[in-house]
Amino acid sequence: MRHIISILMENEAGALSRVAGLFSARGYNIESLTVAATEDESLSRMTLVTRGTDEVIEQITKQLNKLIDVVKLMDMHEGPHIEREMMLIKVRAAGPAREEVKRLADIFRGRIIDVSDTIYTIEVTGTSEKLDAFVGAITRTDIIEVVRSGVTGIARGERALHL
Amino acid sequence: MPDIRAFFWFFDFAGTRETKQVELTGAEIFVRSLVEQGIERVFGYPGGAVLPIYDALFQQDELQHVLVRHEQAATHAADGYARSTGRPGVVLVTSGPGATNAVTGIATAYMDSIPLVVFTGQVPTALIGNDAFQEVDSVGITRPCVKHNFLVKDVNDLAVTIRKAFYVAMTGRPGPVVVDIPKDVATARAEFHYPRRISMRSYNPVTKGHPRQIKKAVELMLSAKRPMLYTGGGVILANASSQLTEMTKLLGYPITNTLMGLGAFPATHRQNLGMLGMHGTYEANMGMHNCDVLVAIGARFDDRVTGNVDKFCPTATVIHVDIDPASISKNVKVDVPIVGPVDQVLKEMLKVLKESKKKPDADAQKAWWKQIEEWRDMDCLKYDHDSDLIKPQFVLEKLYEVTKGKAFVTSDVGQHQMWAAQFYKFDKPNRWINSGGLGTMGFGLPAAMGVQFAHPKETVACITGEGSIQMCIQELSTCRQYGLPLKIINLNNGYLGMVRQWQQFFYDGRYAMSYMESLPDFVRLAESYGHVGMQITKPGDVEPALKEAFKMKDRLVFMDFLTDKSENVYPMIPAGAGQNEMILV
Repeated sequence: MRHIISILMENEAGALSRVAGLFSARGYNIESLTVAATEDESLSRMTLVTRGTDEVIEQITKQLNKLIDVVKLMDMHEGPHIEREMMLIKVRAAGPAREEVKRLADIFRGRIIDVSDTIYTIEVTGTSEKLDAFVGAITRTDIIEVVRSGVTGIARGERALHL
Repeated sequence: MPDIRAFFWFFDFAGTRETKQVELTGAEIFVRSLVEQGIERVFGYPGGAVLPIYDALFQQDELQHVLVRHEQAATHAADGYARSTGRPGVVLVTSGPGATNAVTGIATAYMDSIPLVVFTGQVPTALIGNDAFQEVDSVGITRPCVKHNFLVKDVNDLAVTIRKAFYVAMTGRPGPVVVDIPKDVATARAEFHYPRRISMRSYNPVTKGHPRQIKKAVELMLSAKRPMLYTGGGVILANASSQLTEMTKLLGYPITNTLMGLGAFPATHRQNLGMLGMHGTYEANMGMHNCDVLVAIGARFDDRVTGNVDKFCPTATVIHVDIDPASISKNVKVDVPIVGPVDQVLKEMLKVLKESKKKPDADAQKAWWKQIEEWRDMDCLKYDHDSDLIKPQFVLEKLYEVTKGKAFVTSDVGQHQMWAAQFYKFDKPNRWINSGGLGTMGFGLPAAMGVQFAHPKETVACITGEGSIQMCIQELSTCRQYGLPLKIINLNNGYLGMVRQWQQFFYDGRYAMSYMESLPDFVRLAESYGHVGMQITKPGDVEPALKEAFKMKDRLVFMDFLTDKSENVYPMIPAGAGQNEMILV
C-alpha cells in the first residue's frame, strides 16, 4: 500500500543522503521525496511517499527512526490527513486547442501562470491522482514539459508533527 | 563580567571541569577530549592529514597510541579491545586510503553492534570536494556501515562532536561512529570545553522495558510446556550475563546461544544446549524447532540462525527482548515484543518471576528434558578420534583443556571459527571474540592484539586458518613491537575450508580457487618477526606442543597445525532448509 511518511530531522548536511541511502541499501521504494526547512530553521521536514506491505512499512518507519538525525516522524495514513502536490505543466495552446486547454485548467482549478502565442504554462495543485487526471486530460502530444513538486501532507485536526 | 569568570574558575577548582576554558588547537582538543572521556589507548596509523594530531599525541603521555601495520588492523584491534572490556574502542587514521582501509573494520563492528569511535583525518576544509591528494568522502563512504558519522568543519564544534560520538557509540544499540576531522580544524584554535553530559533531541535510546509486556512475557514463560531460551550478543553487550544466568537457572529451561552470544550462560552447565543455527548442535536446533514458547533475548533472528524462516519454530509463541525496535519482527513475527535494555528487562523479569505464585509445569518439563536428552545423546559433534591425521576438532578440545577454558579466544572466519564455537566451552562473557555478522577474514590476529592490550596478564589465543591469517599477517610486526604474547593456533588444512566444504556439498566437488598454494613456511615467518614458530604434524604431538607454547608466557607462539584436509563442519543446516533438516556426520 502507498504511504506518506513525514519526517522532522536535523537540518544538517548529509541528512537527506542518510534517508536516501537507507532506502537504497534496504531496497525500499521512494515514489517521491520533498524536503525543506521549517519555521524552526534547525529542522527540516521531509515528506516521503513509499509503497510496501504493512511489514515493510513498519520496518521503514523503524529504520528511519533509528537514524540519529531523525527527530520525529509520522505515517500520515495512521489518521485522516490532507495530501497536496503541485504541478507546473507547459502545454501547446494554439488554434482551437487554446480555448480547450483553458477550459480544462478551469475545471481542475488550475491557474495559467505564463502565456505566449502558442503556449500556456499552468499551475495545478491537488492530490497526485488529480494531477494524474489533468495530465491524462491533455492530449499527449501537446504536453511540452511537466514538473511536479512531489507530495506533501499534513494531518487533519489536532494531530500534528511538531516538537 | 570579570567577576562572573572568577566565579566559574572557582567552580573549576572545586571539581567541576564543565566550565574549563582554555584556548587549544584542534589537535590538542582531540587529545584532551579523549582523556576527559577516560580513553587510555588509541589504535592508529599516521599520515598527512593527521600530522597535527600525531604531533599533539607526541607531546603528551596520558593517551597511548598503538601503531599497527594496516588501518584495517587498527579497527579490528580497537574492536577486540571493546568486545573484551565493554568499553569503546578508539581508532585514528589518516584521510583517503587510511579511511578506506578502515572501512572493513568499521563494517565488522557495525554488524556486531560494537562501540567504536573512529577518527579519520580529512584534507583541509578549503580543499574538500577538489579531488585533493588523499581525499575521499569518508562520511559518504562510511555512512551505510556506521551508527552515525560527523564531519567537523569548525574547531569550536570539535569537543562537543567527540562527546556526541562517544555517547552515540556507547548507548542504545551500540555501534561504530566516525568523526572526520579536516587538517585545518586540527590546527585552528578554540576554547576547550568538554561537556560531561550530553543530550540530543533526535536521539533518546530506551532505558526501560514496558512493565505490562514484561508481565505478559513472564506469564507466557511460566505456562510453557516446551520452552526454549535463545540468546545472542545483545546479552553480552548489555552486560546482562549474570541476570540471564540467574533467570535461566531459576526457570530450569533449556538455553541455546548464538555465535555472538556464547559465554552469556555457562557452556558447561547442563541447561546449555550449545550453539544453534547452521552449525549449531542437534539438540539446540531440534529444541528450537519443537518448542512451544521461544524466548529470544538480545538476538536478531539472523538467517544463519533461522535457516528457512517459513519453517522456523512452527509451533512457538515468540517473546523477543531487544533494545532495537527495528530488530523486532524484522525476520520472524514476534508475539510479545519487549523493547528495552536487556539488563533492565531481565532484572524486571526476575522480579516478576520471583513474585509470581505460578511455577513451571514440572511434569511437562520432565518430558521436555527427556526428549532433549535423547537429542543430546545423538552426540552430534562426534568425530574420528583414531585418525592418523590431526583433526581440527581435536586441537580445539586440547586447547580447551590446556588453557582450562580460561583463555580469551579470538577467531578468524571459516571452518576453524565454527569448530572453535563448538568445542571451546565459554563459561564467561566477553571471552569469545569473532566477526559474526560480517564474517571478516583477517579479524582474528588484530582483534587478539586489542584483547591482549586490555588484559595484559590474561592468556589470549587466536584461532585461525592459513587463509584468514594471511589477510592481516603483517600485524605480527605490531605484536613484536609491543611484546604481545599471543598464541596463534593455525589450523592449516591447505584449503579455504568452508569454501571447499560448500563446493563439496553443493558444487559437485569443483574446488574453484579454494586450494591455498604457495603457502609460506609459517615457522620461519614467525621467527623472522622475532616470534616462536612451531609446526605440528601428528595427533600425538598436539597436546605436548600446546602445553609447551602456553608455558611461554612472554612470547608470541605461532603454532602451525597441519590438519586433515578433508574434514567438514557438522552438523550443518543447508541454506534454505529448516532447523530440523540437519546434515549430521
